[in-house]
Amino acid sequence: MRNLKTSTLIFELSKPGRRGAKLPACDVPSPEINQLLPAAALAAAPPPLPEVAEPEVVRHFTNLSTLNMSVDTHFYPLGSCTMKYNSKRNERLAGLPGLAELHPYQPESSLQGILQIFYELQQFFGEISGLPAVSLQPAAGAHGELTALMVAAAHFRTIGQKRTKILAPDSAHGTNPASAKMAGFEFVTIKSTPQGNVDMDDLRAKLDDTVAVFMITNPNTLGMFDKQVGEICKLVHDHGGLIYLDGANMNAILGIARPGDFGADMMHYNPHKTFSGPHGGGGPGAGPICVTETLRPYLPCPVVEKNDDGYCLVYDNPTTIGRVRSFFGNVGVLIRAYCYISTHGPDGLKRVSETAVLNANYLLSKVKHFLPVPQGARCMHEFVASGAALKKAKGISAMDVAKRLLDYGFHAPTVYFPLTVAEAMMIEPTETESKETLDSFAEVLFRITEESGDLLHEAPHSTPISRPDEVRAARQPIIKWTPATA
Amino acid sequence: MPYTYNTPDDERAMLQSIGVASVQELFQSVPEEFRLQRPLDLPPALGELELTQHISALAAKNANAQQKACFLGGGSYDHFVPAVVDALASRGEFYTSYTPYQPEVSQGNLQVMFEYQSLICQLTGMDVSNASLYDGGSAVAEAVLLAMSVTGRNRVVVPASMHPEYRQILQTYFACIGGELVTVPTPSGVVSVADVAAVVNGETACVVVQHPNFFGGLEDVAALSQVAHDAGALLIHSFDPISLGVLKRPGDLGADVAVAEGQSLGTPMLFGGPYLGIMACKEQFVRRMPGRIAGQTVDRRGRRCWVLTLQTREQHIRREKATSNICTNQGLFALRAAIYLTEMGPQGLREVAELCVRKAHYAREQITSHPRFTSAFEGPTFKEFVVRDTQGRVGELIEQAADAGYLAGVPLAPWYPDLADCFLVAVTEKRTKPEIDGLVQTLATTLRNAAPRPHGAVLART
Repeated sequence: MRNLKTSTLIFELSKPGRRGAKLPACDVPSPEINQLLPAAALAAAPPPLPEVAEPEVVRHFTNLSTLNMSVDTHFYPLGSCTMKYNSKRNERLAGLPGLAELHPYQPESSLQGILQIFYELQQFFGEISGLPAVSLQPAAGAHGELTALMVAAAHFRTIGQKRTKILAPDSAHGTNPASAKMAGFEFVTIKSTPQGNVDMDDLRAKLDDTVAVFMITNPNTLGMFDKQVGEICKLVHDHGGLIYLDGANMNAILGIARPGDFGADMMHYNPHKTFSGPHGGGGPGAGPICVTETLRPYLPCPVVEKNDDGYCLVYDNPTTIGRVRSFFGNVGVLIRAYCYISTHGPDGLKRVSETAVLNANYLLSKVKHFLPVPQGARCMHEFVASGAALKKAKGISAMDVAKRLLDYGFHAPTVYFPLTVAEAMMIEPTETESKETLDSFAEVLFRITEESGDLLHEAPHSTPISRPDEVRAARQPIIKWTPATA
Repeated sequence: MPYTYNTPDDERAMLQSIGVASVQELFQSVPEEFRLQRPLDLPPALGELELTQHISALAAKNANAQQKACFLGGGSYDHFVPAVVDALASRGEFYTSYTPYQPEVSQGNLQVMFEYQSLICQLTGMDVSNASLYDGGSAVAEAVLLAMSVTGRNRVVVPASMHPEYRQILQTYFACIGGELVTVPTPSGVVSVADVAAVVNGETACVVVQHPNFFGGLEDVAALSQVAHDAGALLIHSFDPISLGVLKRPGDLGADVAVAEGQSLGTPMLFGGPYLGIMACKEQFVRRMPGRIAGQTVDRRGRRCWVLTLQTREQHIRREKATSNICTNQGLFALRAAIYLTEMGPQGLREVAELCVRKAHYAREQITSHPRFTSAFEGPTFKEFVVRDTQGRVGELIEQAADAGYLAGVPLAPWYPDLADCFLVAVTEKRTKPEIDGLVQTLATTLRNAAPRPHGAVLART
């Protein structure tokens, strides 16, 4: 039963003198703080944090949680985000004190278990991608992209080639161009065909010996496997460039095709997607990268290796790009990925992709009759429907449909991405949904297309709030609570 | 096995609806030449019980901080995490949701982001905060990129007393974008303001200072910010959130951007991550700030609510013109920090900070009262300090202390060749007098009769 008073801010619950935690008395003989630290460094008072009792803390955050849709509570077909079931066993195991209560600078002799996990995980990732050299360090998919582009830059510096450009299709995730810029490159957009494939003529026209990397998402952001990928890779390689595979859509091809086999030189995984790390309301993720043997020398340090004494962290690599994150990376996410891969094994992982693709195609077969899917009758793990006809006929936008779905207890698809499809609705059911859920979703989606525009423009009707004024939020930003002036 | 539902009947019905004869047919778009013709070479699947046994056995091979008294720091700390943090943050509605793209069904996460931003502003005295970045190290890098973008300059001045891994991250980023990193030596354990002033010039984008610094020492942030501002540069302050229970806040010291590793705020050590990158700044830089930001607005019926805002900074809209490539935040750890700060309140945070200072002071006094050990640096410290082993056998000392039940300290040799005989000791509120006394006893006696080991050297962490 939802508590309807939940939106009070924690600051508004504060009352001077209330408190939650209480710490023990100091058990060592020592002078007062003002005799230990210089007066100039000391604050007159502690920071003005809210003062609340522990029961209030619990009620406040518990009630807030009930205002979210989540995978544990709702179907969440948010395209490109792979919102699959997050197994509870992995949570319990990642929280074992022998994994969670480790300091990153402990002696290696006291870390042999966790180093073994990382050593094996490097091998798992290498095998699944067909790219044998692995760094677990990047903290998110976008961070993995950036790291890999730095690896590419180091490679070209080493072989004495000045290459200044990164190419990617217009359907690429926004992180691709942003990462290219952060890695010091110029970014050039390549056109896509209406099917979402790379426009080969445009690629040929823009490809020359100043191109360092072509970034490709395959399966692409329209949920299609670009059959030209072999030709694309050959073309780029012939010009001396490298291929980067955005691994956002690996959930479609586990055990079916490996990026290393179709020509990629580098890729990242999103383990929080493909290998079922919980998304945590917007992170953490992780962005481990895999590269060819040629590029191994440039990977960030440390990497885990095995020698006669056991597992060790190797730092002394003179050709490394250096370090992109403190310590070892998003270890907790990586442990869950290890658990996930171990739970599935080779057959199970393949089954994941087969089921994800089956579920997506099944949903596509139901939806395409009333919401056109421009790229056609088949897809991989997700598809992009277009609300353009609906908008033209009835004035109903993709946003209206998305908002109305919330009333029916479904999270919305990703809308207005990719940018290449008008009124895009990107639907990714994942393998962890039942036929009944997909049937019900398709039925509701159809019902919505039959509903009146007036009803939809004001949807959702059943949620705690509806259609927040985003323009006002951006034009008159209020991005923190401010105490009322006395 | 996969967590799936489909029965053979379901599968048949689904294939029929699609109009194909088999699941394999759905993969026709993958050219035959690229199909993997063998099973992946991975270990066979484990059931839940077997997996639990396998992982538990691996976990048991590590020595954890519940078994050994942890005196390790350097950016990751064994602080106390109240039970409410785990209990609330592990709720599935927080845990298994994602970035709040649909605000109507994400008000919980959005309000938490807004409260987190507000808490960080109260904590730091800064004007605005984002809803978090990856970790303390990448937060420093993002702050430096912000300063370079704001000033149009590319020289960055950093004392050697800043976390060496944070400086390494800067070097990595700079190798691509051509920044100039000027490192100011800190032979006394803190940086001299005059030494910084000597290298800050009209090309300088920012001065980055960690306070309390990597050695635990206190830097003169106010004076350094004056130096930076006189040259038209920004002052970036990398702080320890716990220290703000007793120390002046970045906003009170003239910082333009304040960044931190937020792990101390309610997150276990987790062998280094995932953690929480805190970033707050002056209002004038808000549109240059990377990362997600939640803002207050009203809905169509005038009800107060929260949305993602100022998104025109972000990569999904601006692509290569975005302020950063960062896509997600560390939502779960921002939530943990919000719960932690709320549970602690001002008095709780002060108590934690005071316990750290007093216990660290006591530990430093006790260790250095032994003739073999000296303080590497004079001067007050917050919760960490550097000990010099006059016998220069740090590697062996640390290994043997671990055998005796103490994670005694972080050897500094990998980063600081001139401190090769030193180690960094951290003392949090969790360490008890018996543990501190036991550490002192162990350090004093462990190697008394031991012969030096030939391979006791610590490998360089370059």
